[in-house]
Amino acid sequence: MSKMEEAKIYVGNIDESARKARELLLGKMKLGRLVDWATAFSLWPVHLTTSCCSTEFAATWSPRFDAEQYGALPWVGSRQTNMIIIEGTVTTKMACALRITWEQMPPPKFVIAMGACSLDGGIFYNSYNIVKPWQVVPVDVYLPGCPPRPETVARAIVTLQRKIREKSIAGKWVEEGWRPDMKYVKPKEDVCSWWRG
Amino acid sequence: MSGEQETVDLEGLVSKALEGINYSISREKGYVEVSVPLESLREAALRLKNAGFDHVKSLTIVDYIKKGEFKAMYIVSSYLSEELSGGLIALSTTVKRDKAKLPSLSDVWISLLFQEREVYEMFGIEFEGHPDLRLLLLAPHIAELKPLRKEFIVKEEPIIRKPK
Amino acid sequence: MKDPEAREEPSSGAKIGLPGFKVRKIEEEVYEVFIGPQHPGSGHMRLITRIDGDVIVDIDPDIGYVHRTMEKLAEGREYIKNIPLFERMAIHDACNVTVPYVRAVEKLLGVDPPPRAKYLRSLLCEINRIAAHLYGFGIMGIFIGHSTMYMWSFGDREVFIDLAERLTGARQTHSYPVFGGVKRDMPQGFPEMARKAVRYMRKRLPEYEKIFFENPVVRDRLEGVGVIPRQVAAELGLVGPTARGSSIKYDARLAEGYDAYPELDFEIPVYTEGDSLARTYVKIEEIKQSLNIIEQCVSWLETREREAPMHPKFWEKSPPLWKKVYQETGRIKLLPIFASLKVPPGRAVARGETARGEIIYYVESDGSTKPYRVRIVSPSFRNLPVFKYIVPGHRVMDLPAIYGSIDYFPPEADR
Repeated sequence: MSKMEEAKIYVGNIDESARKARELLLGKMKLGRLVDWATAFSLWPVHLTTSCCSTEFAATWSPRFDAEQYGALPWVGSRQTNMIIIEGTVTTKMACALRITWEQMPPPKFVIAMGACSLDGGIFYNSYNIVKPWQVVPVDVYLPGCPPRPETVARAIVTLQRKIREKSIAGKWVEEGWRPDMKYVKPKEDVCSWWRG
Repeated sequence: MSGEQETVDLEGLVSKALEGINYSISREKGYVEVSVPLESLREAALRLKNAGFDHVKSLTIVDYIKKGEFKAMYIVSSYLSEELSGGLIALSTTVKRDKAKLPSLSDVWISLLFQEREVYEMFGIEFEGHPDLRLLLLAPHIAELKPLRKEFIVKEEPIIRKPK
Repeated sequence: MKDPEAREEPSSGAKIGLPGFKVRKIEEEVYEVFIGPQHPGSGHMRLITRIDGDVIVDIDPDIGYVHRTMEKLAEGREYIKNIPLFERMAIHDACNVTVPYVRAVEKLLGVDPPPRAKYLRSLLCEINRIAAHLYGFGIMGIFIGHSTMYMWSFGDREVFIDLAERLTGARQTHSYPVFGGVKRDMPQGFPEMARKAVRYMRKRLPEYEKIFFENPVVRDRLEGVGVIPRQVAAELGLVGPTARGSSIKYDARLAEGYDAYPELDFEIPVYTEGDSLARTYVKIEEIKQSLNIIEQCVSWLETREREAPMHPKFWEKSPPLWKKVYQETGRIKLLPIFASLKVPPGRAVARGETARGEIIYYVESDGSTKPYRVRIVSPSFRNLPVFKYIVPGHRVMDLPAIYGSIDYFPPEADR
């Protein structure tokens, strides 16, 4: 899509148009780049509200800040989304829900850790009931603040878009089966051992 | 402190309601504490309920580890009677730490149902006669720590670092 | 239906199941549906619901997904550090949540803030109350599928967030009240800004009523749903708009008479119907009362000179330069004494009215720099019995309407 002259409008027989479009897309550019381009503008966060940063998360999509302009809109189910914004503290109980939600999402999927609590615990750093989110899911973008302002959340979305397009992490996921670094992530049995589902 | 208004004589009301029960009364900051022995807790609760204190605002447990006992405080007040709603009465009793058992008052004040479950997991105090004594807030492996007991200590960074 | 054996029955399939809507058959006609902790509304909690056809027969609220152990952490921190800690319970209602804690410690210290500080606190409390009610409307809009309600109320909430930001410097986490006073005085130009916001909101409220509450769809969702009789509301110990919608005339602002409220002129709206619509109307009326209070506070503050914003015990120790800076800009520098403030031994209870209802703090001091015990019972935690006792008997789609109308906020309930 980089060269404008390649963009064409196909009309007429729909089968013929589809064939031509497929040839153009697959023949002249790499699929990975197309995936990157498409994913960057359709980052849909799942409606998993983990803590009190959700008040600013909700304000981000309010009329004043309108993060929908970046192609991101919070959506209901984990199966229809590809991004989690961890809103603040993750407790022991919530960690399992977070992990299960993350596993349910179709790849390529991304995680933004929002707020000081999701970096290293923040004001609750010595609490007995919290878990660091990077031990539960691989995090792509960290977002400091307690709570971060809505502009900051929008900035994090743009940062993630840039990361996707520059490092091509979404395309690699599709083409090469790339996975995020799971070195620091605990196995699911440790996170969810007590869960009664 | 400012504008503390009590339209009704709480001490007089309590002495009338708890006639025949061995209790001691003390005026604390913001509430009136009525201490009763553990045996007559249930009777006192029933009489306070009949006197118009229709709900429990807070079930507060304080762990006095040096004395080896818990103090349970049921902070009660009234909604249905507007005169009583200005004052707070704390019905309190003490229970030994090693055999921490309290009678469940959730049949007297139904608003206690969830608070007793919370106390059960935080302190490990069992409530005899509670219909549904399960964990409420915590995961099982955290509840084993009995986190609000004083012997469970969370480490804290000091506000001023001492030079080494 | 309420067979205790059924609860112990192992789930079919894997031991670790899926969250969200997981259905398992437990009897011939009754199914168990797990709603949450990831669900379309405001998340953070799980409702283990048993449904017979479309009718809910039993709900077991499974909370604690945001339990961040504030009561324990408070025992290890200095008194002043607990103010921002407790604020995280309900950060969009920060002043209301922290004022009772500050008052409880003030009772132990034996200090009473000067009138100017009291008015400033009440001013911010009411700004917070409006913002929190609008937040509640927005969440309720998401719950009942009315996106306009979310967009409008979140847009209008920014007006009051801006107002609070102008006053304190922070959008939500103000940490405004401190022991014996407040952290900052009213800046220049604030009264005009506040009056403009009040005028704007007064103009908007009739539009809200037209669009939402006289809207036949919203009325059908809310009217006659989740009716709580007065006696039941008192027995369950419900608080805030939930209780006042059931004709219980109780407001901690009057019952306790704290801050500037005894001197201010306002009413407590009470509705007798007890359904979800009545609870929503209580919030609308409370916004109107809060607008009146903001005007009164601003006029009072405007006409008085900037005197001491803190109790003389602390203010007299401040260097003259700090006092000069305060006179010129309204900024207040906190004394270092607050970092290691020793509170005399004693026990105190203080309650306050947040947007969702009454919050109660018990603070016990043993004479050191840290509290011996802090007990918090938050309004959402006290409204929890609604799920267990009021919702059964309703249809599944009534659950979001009731949830939205009681304005349950899990971080506050779990503490």
